[in-house]
Amino acid sequence: MADPNPFLPISQPLHPTYTSLPDGTHPSGSPATHSLPSKKLLLGIFFGFLLVFLFVALIGDHNGSQQNILSQEDENVASLASPKETAKPETLRPISRGVSAGVSEKASLISSGSESSTDQYPWNNSMLSWQRTAFHFQPEKNWMNDPNGPLYYKGWYHFFYQYNPHAAVWGDIVWGHAVSRDLIRWLHLPLAMVADQWYDQNGVWTGSATILPDGKIVMLYTGSTNESVQVQNLAYPADPSDPLLLDWIKYSGNPVLVPPHGIDTKDFRDPTTAWYTSEGKWRISIGSKVGKTGIALIYDTEDFINYKLQPQALHGVPGTGMWECVDFYPVSRNGEHGLDTSANGPEVKHVVKASLDDDRHDYYALGTYSELNSTWTPDNPDIDVGIGLRYDYGIFYASKTFYDQNKGRRVLWGWIGESDSEVADVKKGWASLQGIPRTVSLDTKTGSNLLQWPVEEVESLRLRSNEFDKVEVKPGSVVPLNLDAATQLDIIAEFELDKKVLENAAESNEEFNCKTSKGAAHRNALGPFGLLVLADDSLAEQTPVYFYVTKGRNGTLKTFFCTDQSRSSAANDVNKQTYGNFVPVLEGENFTLRILVDHSIIESFAQGGRTTITSRVYPTRAIYGRAKLFLFNNAIKANVTASLKIWQMNSAFIRPYPNTR
Amino acid sequence: MFSVAQSDANMISQTCKQTPYYNLCVSCLSSDPRSFKADVRGLALIMVNIVKAKATMSLHFINQLIQRRPGLKKPLSYCADNYDAILTADIPEAVEALQKGDPKFAQDGANDAANEADLCEANFHGKSPLTKFNKVVHDTSATASAIVQQLL
Repeated sequence: MADPNPFLPISQPLHPTYTSLPDGTHPSGSPATHSLPSKKLLLGIFFGFLLVFLFVALIGDHNGSQQNILSQEDENVASLASPKETAKPETLRPISRGVSAGVSEKASLISSGSESSTDQYPWNNSMLSWQRTAFHFQPEKNWMNDPNGPLYYKGWYHFFYQYNPHAAVWGDIVWGHAVSRDLIRWLHLPLAMVADQWYDQNGVWTGSATILPDGKIVMLYTGSTNESVQVQNLAYPADPSDPLLLDWIKYSGNPVLVPPHGIDTKDFRDPTTAWYTSEGKWRISIGSKVGKTGIALIYDTEDFINYKLQPQALHGVPGTGMWECVDFYPVSRNGEHGLDTSANGPEVKHVVKASLDDDRHDYYALGTYSELNSTWTPDNPDIDVGIGLRYDYGIFYASKTFYDQNKGRRVLWGWIGESDSEVADVKKGWASLQGIPRTVSLDTKTGSNLLQWPVEEVESLRLRSNEFDKVEVKPGSVVPLNLDAATQLDIIAEFELDKKVLENAAESNEEFNCKTSKGAAHRNALGPFGLLVLADDSLAEQTPVYFYVTKGRNGTLKTFFCTDQSRSSAANDVNKQTYGNFVPVLEGENFTLRILVDHSIIESFAQGGRTTITSRVYPTRAIYGRAKLFLFNNAIKANVTASLKIWQMNSAFIRPYPNTR
Repeated sequence: MFSVAQSDANMISQTCKQTPYYNLCVSCLSSDPRSFKADVRGLALIMVNIVKAKATMSLHFINQLIQRRPGLKKPLSYCADNYDAILTADIPEAVEALQKGDPKFAQDGANDAANEADLCEANFHGKSPLTKFNKVVHDTSATASAIVQQLL
């Protein structure tokens, strides 16, 4: 049985071989304490070649003979799969292509909903500086993308991130670093890692931390080498007694992993946190693709230096393309508490998550992990990874969880990009946010999805509150909510639909989809109803966040949760789509939502976090003191009764850590 | 033995078939001798370089026009901002992303470049002196985006 605390070089003196060699040759010398795996590497590549083909074949068989395993489903629980998402794993997903349909949020801004071709919006400094958030993590300037290596250590939460020190656009990527006591009030620290080795010269890319049982930290991350090959590298704190973990050492024998045979040199990135197997090995996953099949490769290691590629991938789904930022973790079947990444047993389900390069969305699926052959099987193959549920139906990518051993919870970070034009980003000098960290747990009521909820520490930012009890909102009406301000809010709301109208409403076979609908203008007898966020007095600018209820055959109600950006701004260079998805509303439940408003970001959570939508909005009028909040009900028939509690939110005063060099 | 020239022309044709402006794609790529030995990533880089050349020409023209048409100073200066964003942000991002192996950011850059050209054009309410320039930048950017899509 291997030592669960594998030997790791602790602090080593800096050494001339750390500088990158101009001709790209690998430094061959290494301290005598660990062996160079060169022979093993060659053998590994040879067997890897065979094994890649073996497991691709096995995936094929695996999917073919897959039983449709449904987890405990209550009769009253409507299926989570909306019409769009019941595609079979074999068919190619209808992925939008090119500029006209738009893969990235920046695609086709002109044609996505703005009707009048107005002057280019004259963004002024007042409008642009309003866009900066008060309590969301963002560096002081420039570009950020993926969250990296989140962890808790010696009293501090650490957050690392992909950062461009030179521009407000992706490029020259290095690791930024910040610390916090509470996941909310962050203090910026100096860069943790820069591109100073041949093996990460073209990018110090995404990675994850593993905390060993003895407290040592192992960081694995992807480097893009001087020849743009994607490799995995090992790094660790220079001084484990420094709670700020300011300095990091890159293992002198890097890279520890190179692309195996059969895997393209540019399809091998984003190593996960490791989990410990009952055989005494550590196991990690790295996303990739074979043809158009996205897969999660598995490697076993005892020392984080030598690795063995496992014959079978953890899982793969045809047609989903490259799997970036793979995440794999256990959730408890019984409750909200989080589980260490190595937890396993009958009380545990496992989540596989992938960020799809093809459509820039994060997908997850629940299933069962078999440690024996290191494979995972989805509970419901119809909503397998990449073709089923998303963490968030707005902008939310490259997300990563970590187990917070301080509070016994699993916490999710997600990168929230911009959806305005580059010209605005260049003007304002920054781009991207992180979402408010969320706890993740199994929804024990439905059993078939996760729940996400902002970490409780965000509530410490709450200042004064306003309560509105049972406000009646008649069909086709808008009710202003009298607040001091409306740009930094925490809103909790509950809605009740007119029961009589609900019962008597006609059945329809409407196939609703937030994205293809007319947004908040799309009405039926029962809705939409919700809130108009960041609206100005004249309602020329508004961002509706709302429920839309349909009544299908047999009287079954189906509820959708959407955010409509079509009128979010008078500017014509911002995304104006409507985001959203189906949300399960169980027997006896009212419609509940929570919205965090923080300047140019709106994060919405329906039914306790069953469906979430993150939106970036850039109003030109509904800013500062002119921003307002309204209740609305655009139903044709039904009255809606709303009860709300709304807090003004304080700033988190995110700033540089005092006195660090 | 197969004809190398034929299979390379085939590669260009196959790649361009998956883009919205086939003829433009073929003529642009064929005009660069490196394209005959390039893989899809190489073709994407060539196309991005063409966008850069077109955008540079456009910005040059805009700067000249600003002097000659003082009545159009406002929309022209917005256009200068658009093209500045293309040249200082979108193109470098696309080139770096393609070279370093994270193509989705190249697609972001190409998509944004097309949008910036559209935004510039929209400023003139139909009476644009830059239509030809904006169209070529839009179309070559859209082509670059579609080529990058094939790498994802």
